[in-house]
Amino acid sequence: MGIFVDEERCNRCGTADEPMCVRDCPGDLMFIKENGKAAIVDNRECWDCAACVKVCPTQAITMQLPTSLVVRGVQLRGRAMKHKTEWRIRLRDGEVKGYETPSTGKPPFVPSL
Amino acid sequence: MNERECDLLIVGGGAAGCVAAVEAREQAQDLDVVVMEKAHVYRSGCLAAGISAINAFLHEGETPESFLRYVVRDTHGVVRDDLTLTMAAELNAQVRRIEDWGLPIPKDERGRPLRRGRASIKIFGERLKPILGKRAEASGATILNRVNATALAIGDDGRVAGVFGFSTRTGEMLLVRAKCVLICTGGAAGLYRPSNPGVASHRMWYSPFNTGAGLSMGIRGGAEMTSFEFRFIPLRIKDAVAPTGEIAQWLGAQQINARGEPYLEKYYQRLGGRSMTTQDRLYATLLEKRAGRGPCYLDLRGVNPRRLEGTIASYLSMAPSSAMIMSDEAYYARTGGEMAPVEITGGEPHVVGGHGLSGYWIDPQRRTSLPGLWAAGDVAGGSPKKYASGAWAEAVIAVRDMIEAARAVDRSPIDAAQIEAERRRVQRPLREPGSVPPRELEERLQKVMDEYAGGIGQHYAYAEGELALARLHLERIEAEVGALTASTPFELMQCHDVVDRITVARQLVEHMSHRKETRWHCYQERLDFPERDDTRWRVFVNSIRSADGAVRMVERPVERAQIDVQLPPLADGAVIRRRRNRRPSARANSRVPKAPG
Ligand SMILES: Cc1cc2nc3c(=O)[nH]c(=O)nc-3n(C[C@H](O)[C@H](O)[C@H](O)COP(=O)(O)OP(=O)(O)OC[C@H]3O[C@@H](n4cnc5c(N)ncnc54)[C@H](O)[C@@H]3O)c2cc1C
Ligand code: SF4
Ligand code: SF4
Repeated sequence: MGIFVDEERCNRCGTADEPMCVRDCPGDLMFIKENGKAAIVDNRECWDCAACVKVCPTQAITMQLPTSLVVRGVQLRGRAMKHKTEWRIRLRDGEVKGYETPSTGKPPFVPSL
Repeated sequence: MNERECDLLIVGGGAAGCVAAVEAREQAQDLDVVVMEKAHVYRSGCLAAGISAINAFLHEGETPESFLRYVVRDTHGVVRDDLTLTMAAELNAQVRRIEDWGLPIPKDERGRPLRRGRASIKIFGERLKPILGKRAEASGATILNRVNATALAIGDDGRVAGVFGFSTRTGEMLLVRAKCVLICTGGAAGLYRPSNPGVASHRMWYSPFNTGAGLSMGIRGGAEMTSFEFRFIPLRIKDAVAPTGEIAQWLGAQQINARGEPYLEKYYQRLGGRSMTTQDRLYATLLEKRAGRGPCYLDLRGVNPRRLEGTIASYLSMAPSSAMIMSDEAYYARTGGEMAPVEITGGEPHVVGGHGLSGYWIDPQRRTSLPGLWAAGDVAGGSPKKYASGAWAEAVIAVRDMIEAARAVDRSPIDAAQIEAERRRVQRPLREPGSVPPRELEERLQKVMDEYAGGIGQHYAYAEGELALARLHLERIEAEVGALTASTPFELMQCHDVVDRITVARQLVEHMSHRKETRWHCYQERLDFPERDDTRWRVFVNSIRSADGAVRMVERPVERAQIDVQLPPLADGAVIRRRRNRRPSARANSRVPKAPG
């Protein structure tokens, strides 16, 4: 499936021992190419878990649905913060919708059903 | 071969493995604990994307016995009561523990977790796996990330004395010697042709990186396995593979057929019940299709758009691509006027003991039939509906017993020939590359399983004739293993992934062939034995593979604890047509929730 690395943004996570996306992929699919930029071994192997998308410190990774599932791509970006994750979904007409999901610590109040 | 020693070895650093490591270090600071994990514990396994609910939890007023009653009814009577009761007794304590570690669990005015179903609570679980992984790391256990386990090492005294693996980065072999080993590598995905094609083929429900390695290791080591024929098949939103429960419960959307009629009620009312078992929800969807009233949908017409946004956010923390597909649907709704109903259908079958019955045959201490080996979580069988919290509970139960055992035994020696043989077997695709790429053999396996062992293409059904062909082709596929080729450590991992899948698939077909009735529609659906036969088949079907590859089937009785449950009738087309309105007891009538997970 689909993750894509924006090579302009990817900086190999600066001085980190192991680049974050390479560390976190549950299928061990990410690696650093000879030009120092991250890439996926094969998009057919990707589970679309977005672990790499969220953890990238430069937001260089986007997830895209392949044409075999939806006719034209929707895109997802994310960013893990301390207690929440911020998300941006870009729709087919270019409109961008933002979401936040709480991640650690005190839960927000949820009205019961 | 690199070697290291420890007291307790945990294979698989997922939900069960991380909690096992912490429990072991908390209970026994003097013991040396090692975790062997093929990816990195921060995001490995089923929990990589996060989850939005804990699906095994005792709400106020519930007891382990009431939980057991719910499980027994849902699985038509074949359940290990001892495993379910001991697991259920541990559930809430483990959930509270993970909450203490930082998992956000919203509460109502009285401080109770929010109810999502009969045994399910809402959580904000996007970061659950990093929370568990960091705790495991901080516990003082040694975490060996990027080591793919390949086989059990059997000591001279016959005990499991360690585990072999190789580095997925360098391809180097490793043997970890241990006094006690806990296997918790999850279930097996990728046995069947997946519902999505080509580049989307890993857009499946279960983690495609859980390849059944732990099951395969046990099978090859001669461990007794149970109930593989109870395959788990998720009912999902088509293409997105998103769980239907999220929409059904939060948006109040009903399952409707192509005529717009809600159909579940029709089936369970005629059966005299008020709700359906998990597999019958899927089966009813198939029956509607067969009757010409399909496809089936979740009805989203008229759903409040604000609520829909909430569902999209919830999907983001568990199944992000589903959030994208739902956003796309919502886009069409904005341009087209109304939210269209979303199509629902079954996914590919999996062998997974956290949802179903299949896995290692274990005792109440979670010991397998091999001395020195314990099992927990999705790899362990006999007690379905464990989910994440049940995996934690089983891990804790196993570790307490392992600590005692580790204090009483020494590491037993492993003979050099065994070490050399495993090194050769594992490294062969790299050292003497053959001609078959692992992906091709995997496709062959998935095609055979789909066509001859009740895959999606066969609407999950099969008869002895097909199984005989499955057996034949699987044997031929296994013979091709010696021709697998790899040029990188990553490809070496893919080779062993497919080897493990083949081993699990072969055992699965033997189980499917042995049970000559239909007990769990879709999960275990025989065209040649379409009826449930309680007089003959209320038993566990178990298997043991011997060193020469022959599989021996064993039946084990169901031992019912002192609980009273009336089994639901089968949601069988024939039964429904006859409108047999035998009223089950009040107990069986008690409300059973929508399927979680
Ligand atoms: C998509 C999805 C959604 C779910 N949603 C929910 C939910 O909402 N609520 C709920 O309670 N439960 C949910 N579950 C179930 C829950 O996630 C599992 O039951 C639970 O994670 C099982 O724990 P486990 O430790 O057995 O397996 P996992 O957590 O999958 O861990 C297995 C570990 O073993 C490692 N491993 C595998 N093979 C090898 C090998 N050869 N060598 C070394 N390591 C290996 C894996 O990398 C992984 O880290 C969901 C499951 C899935 C797939
Ligand atoms: S996490 Fe982002 S910046 Fe770091 S290597 Fe990966 S793509 Fe590049
Ligand atoms: S989305 Fe998940 S599976 Fe795909 S590359 Fe990123 S981390 Fe790996």
